[in-house]
Amino acid sequence: MAYINAEDQLGDCKQEQVILMATEEVKLLGFWVSPFALRVEWALKIKGVKYEYIEEDIFNKSTLLMELNPVHKKVPVLVHDGKAIAESFVILEYIDEAWKQNPLLPQDPYERALARFWAKFAEEKIFEGAWNALCSRGEEKQKALRQTIEAMAKIEGELEGKQQFFGGESIGYLDIILGWISYCLPVWEEVGSMEILNPIKFPAITAWINRFLNHPVIKDKLPPTDKMLVYFHQRSEALASTANG
Amino acid sequence: MEGGVVLLDFWPSSFTMRVKIALAEKGIKYECKHEDLFNKSPLLLEMNPVHKKIPVLIHNGKPISESLIIVQYIDEVWNHKSPLLPSDPYQRSQALFWGDYLDKKMYSCGKRIWVGKEDQEEAKEELMKILKTMEGELGDKLYFGGDSIGYVDVALVPFTSWFYTFETCGNFSIEADCPKLIAWAKRCKESESVCKALPDPLEIYGFMLQLKKRLGLN
Repeated sequence: MAYINAEDQLGDCKQEQVILMATEEVKLLGFWVSPFALRVEWALKIKGVKYEYIEEDIFNKSTLLMELNPVHKKVPVLVHDGKAIAESFVILEYIDEAWKQNPLLPQDPYERALARFWAKFAEEKIFEGAWNALCSRGEEKQKALRQTIEAMAKIEGELEGKQQFFGGESIGYLDIILGWISYCLPVWEEVGSMEILNPIKFPAITAWINRFLNHPVIKDKLPPTDKMLVYFHQRSEALASTANG
Repeated sequence: MEGGVVLLDFWPSSFTMRVKIALAEKGIKYECKHEDLFNKSPLLLEMNPVHKKIPVLIHNGKPISESLIIVQYIDEVWNHKSPLLPSDPYQRSQALFWGDYLDKKMYSCGKRIWVGKEDQEEAKEELMKILKTMEGELGDKLYFGGDSIGYVDVALVPFTSWFYTFETCGNFSIEADCPKLIAWAKRCKESESVCKALPDPLEIYGFMLQLKKRLGLN
């Protein structure tokens, strides 16, 4: 382990933390269009953590991925000092604990529980709902759309009266989890010829999206829209045809 | 710090059992309000308007829902004794990972077994795969938490009260393929916190039969 005389240079920073920063090796296995992997990148950037990004072809999974995430065989996987962590929600909490600067979750336990609750809700009802709507047709699609919009209304309610972001003045855990709505949902809406995020119905979320997309950590780190449109069009067609047999 | 604690409970639910174990491990006194899921109380509807589900923990008048979120909350607030999550960030992440794995897989798998339709065989195979994976994760440890009950033990052990129901409905034996896991469950039940939270498996079976009748699933 490398020792640095931290206190001279970094003031308050604890010596242990500096040792960690000096010797840590952080890698992230991702996929260019995966909103889950992008969440992790945003979190690492907010914390100022340097990392090596490794692109994984999820349609032709590497032995590395299979070794690092044998249970789910999915991206993202964060590797820190040789230890692998999978599942974006779990990775985000790990990042928040391993690097204490710029906290992602609130300090208060009740506020933390609320952030986790809304994150889970949004993932189950909005993300999965919108994805189902994208990949299904007919009555099933309409049902998925209705349920997703209903769920979106609850998030709109949560945002009313909040400052800049769900995390307050700065981007936090819930902003990161919901961030896909800002750049990925519009692509799904276009590909699926559907409207979920009506700006008149959801003014608070719409305003939040604009602030989020303009945030320095976010704005230069988004997948290209044209490539996303092609990709999701192909995926939606493929999944819809398997569903219909 | 220790204000009133109320738990909205439904005795056969593996999810409320998780919360009861966590509260008992921490020695927290609480009021247990039993819910009838076919006749939900105004309090439940007020405290969990989004999902209208149990468990709900109400602490100082503020509600927290989703069992593992509640367990994590309990661990963070009552952090002076019996830690459920490890303090090391990596170990903690692994515990959260397994809790998430169980949340994604166990309930829906178990339900397909006791409902007993065409997908039952597939569900049985999936259940055994999940349990063997957990057995592998347990390894030679006494508990998933190491020397004492931890977050993953709390997340998994309640489902063992449903094993008799799965085995009877699916006509198979879990112990035959997962003896280490059954031994672990027995070890957990030696703790008062677990023993008091888990109902008799025969009562769970009786409940399931009644539930199927009520839902017209026979």
